[in-house]
Amino acid sequence: MSQHSFVESTIRGFTRAVSKALQAEHAATQPGLLQHLDPRVRVIGIFSLVISVILCRRLEAIAAIFLIAVAIAVASRVSLKSLAKRVWLVVLGFSGVIALPALFLTPGEPLFTAAALHLSVSVQGLRTAALLVLRVETAATLTTVLVLSTAWTHILKALRSLRLPAEVVTMLAMTHRYVFLLIETANQMFESRQSRAVGILSASEQRKMTARTAGVLLSKSIELSHEVYLAMVSRGFRGEVRLLTDFRLRPRDYVGLTAFVFSSCLAAWMGR
Amino acid sequence: MTGIHFWLAILYLPVCGSKQSVRHTAATASTPSVGNHLALGQETPVELNQNMHIPDGYLSPSTCATLYLCATAGWYAALKHIKRLLATRAIPLISVFAAFSFVVMMFNVPLPGGTTGHAVGVGVAAIVLGPWGSILAISIAIAIQALFFGDGGITTLGANCFNMAIVGSFAAYAVYRLIAAKSNLNSRQRVLAAAVAGYVAINASALVTAVELGIQPSLFHDASGTPLYAPYPLHVAIPAMMIGHLTFAGLAEAVISAGMVSYLQRADLGLLRGVSGLAQTPAPVVAGALVERSPGRLWWAVAFLMLFTPLGILAAGTAWGEWSSADLTNPHTRQRIGIASGNHAPPSSVPLGIQKFSSLWTAPFPGYAPRFIKSPQLGYLLSAMFGVGVLVLASLLSIMAARKWPVKKLGT
Repeated sequence: MSQHSFVESTIRGFTRAVSKALQAEHAATQPGLLQHLDPRVRVIGIFSLVISVILCRRLEAIAAIFLIAVAIAVASRVSLKSLAKRVWLVVLGFSGVIALPALFLTPGEPLFTAAALHLSVSVQGLRTAALLVLRVETAATLTTVLVLSTAWTHILKALRSLRLPAEVVTMLAMTHRYVFLLIETANQMFESRQSRAVGILSASEQRKMTARTAGVLLSKSIELSHEVYLAMVSRGFRGEVRLLTDFRLRPRDYVGLTAFVFSSCLAAWMGR
Repeated sequence: MTGIHFWLAILYLPVCGSKQSVRHTAATASTPSVGNHLALGQETPVELNQNMHIPDGYLSPSTCATLYLCATAGWYAALKHIKRLLATRAIPLISVFAAFSFVVMMFNVPLPGGTTGHAVGVGVAAIVLGPWGSILAISIAIAIQALFFGDGGITTLGANCFNMAIVGSFAAYAVYRLIAAKSNLNSRQRVLAAAVAGYVAINASALVTAVELGIQPSLFHDASGTPLYAPYPLHVAIPAMMIGHLTFAGLAEAVISAGMVSYLQRADLGLLRGVSGLAQTPAPVVAGALVERSPGRLWWAVAFLMLFTPLGILAAGTAWGEWSSADLTNPHTRQRIGIASGNHAPPSSVPLGIQKFSSLWTAPFPGYAPRFIKSPQLGYLLSAMFGVGVLVLASLLSIMAARKWPVKKLGT
């Protein structure tokens, strides 16, 4: 592998991550079904549907939840084309490929036999592969719809109101903030190194360069944490974390919550 | 399953899993996460953990719940530890370190053979922060991936944190301390220790992940024998998972751990003092005091685990291979044994060895409960208390014996 390919693919990854995060922030501000609901209702509702997907043992019930997820996506102005490209095809390409050998490896009643290849597809194999792929597709769709319709700060506040410790919520918020700062820092380091590069580095030098960049980033991170700490102390931080949760449930939120919980319970019961 | 099927699966599955990290196909995709907004293409954290991040749908609800409980215990202990030792500094330090871990996961690490891989960074985290700080930092990074970037599942978040953050951190820390021993902070021995620590940590995490996936088909299947979650048994899941990690993923972690320790030896030695194990080193700047022993907390941990012993009741039937004579003669149980054994029927009669030795010893608490206890939950708790009590008593007797007959007396 050339020096360019590994540095440039890392830089491309950084850029793509930041641009997609910005796109997601933009998508969360669009008017839609989920966007009109209280973030707590969104988080509880989507989580309960994901849990019901895991509880279901029948393909029909999981397929019904998948249709609900698609309906929610459409109502929340999440592009189906984007979902297909980002989730459905991608999951199919991974979990589908992973599930493929299960068709032949799962013992059971033979459904189809290719005598020449000594391979036999069993009914149980087909069913387990379908269960796996459909479950993963449905859960991934639900999660994606949630993150595309809810700003990160709202997800955090919702988690806090669900009794997640304030320290943990604060750490999640701070980590999220500094991820982008450190991505920018690492990006600049790789770009500046790349701009000075002449010729091709050996594989060993490439590894050293990667490790050195990571080491410098670590030193900068530790220094940054000291600075952040001093800034927090200067603003009166004494170790106690207080977060503002100014959400108020409206009648439509109660309706939404009831619909989510009812759908989840019904699907889990039908799919038991 | 025939032999050829088995070997095809073993060779095929790791290739599927490693595609994303080695060849940078669009498969990052693979995981469900990919769908999320950061849907990260190939060069995202997704890839690196691709093989180890368990998505929603691969584990049963009870497995997810159990691993959430285990992870919660680890998070609670780690948070208490870190807050006690770092007080108000804990939040910014762990947060920024988690962000650092997240970004390092996106680095393409060049590997021998012209490929690249991704590291989790758990080796470096355990070496710089110690195991408790590493647990929190890696867990926060994994949580951000799951909740914001959609990499990894929501129901499997506990499992992913348990596998990578908890098992990985302790494995890395133990191996690093063992190999580095009392060597100089600048020694090559510490670079080697870091490489092995990273390699072992990632493979320990992969092994635990493989076991969690591999037990699904035998524990969770329907009446027809169809696995309801991850479909591959242990003898397929373990080799399939480990081949990719013993080669590419483990190597990437070893390279980044060793390379960073080597860099820090020259540029920022203070960061290596925290868990160096050297008594003469000054108070560490960052994580220094993050490693401290507190025997009292061990008792709380034991008590906590005892409270969860009734979880054993959730397991249906008898554990595979722990059958009694009665199980092998009962038609209903025989059918369940056959399903759990890949449709291989159990022997038609009770094996002679089991017949001969089954009456040799009768457990005082058969079925984990004294006969007079009717409630299984209470029985499990009492059994746990009894078992712990016996072990504590044996330990105390050993200590008393050791004090009474010190080593030099034994030698004379």
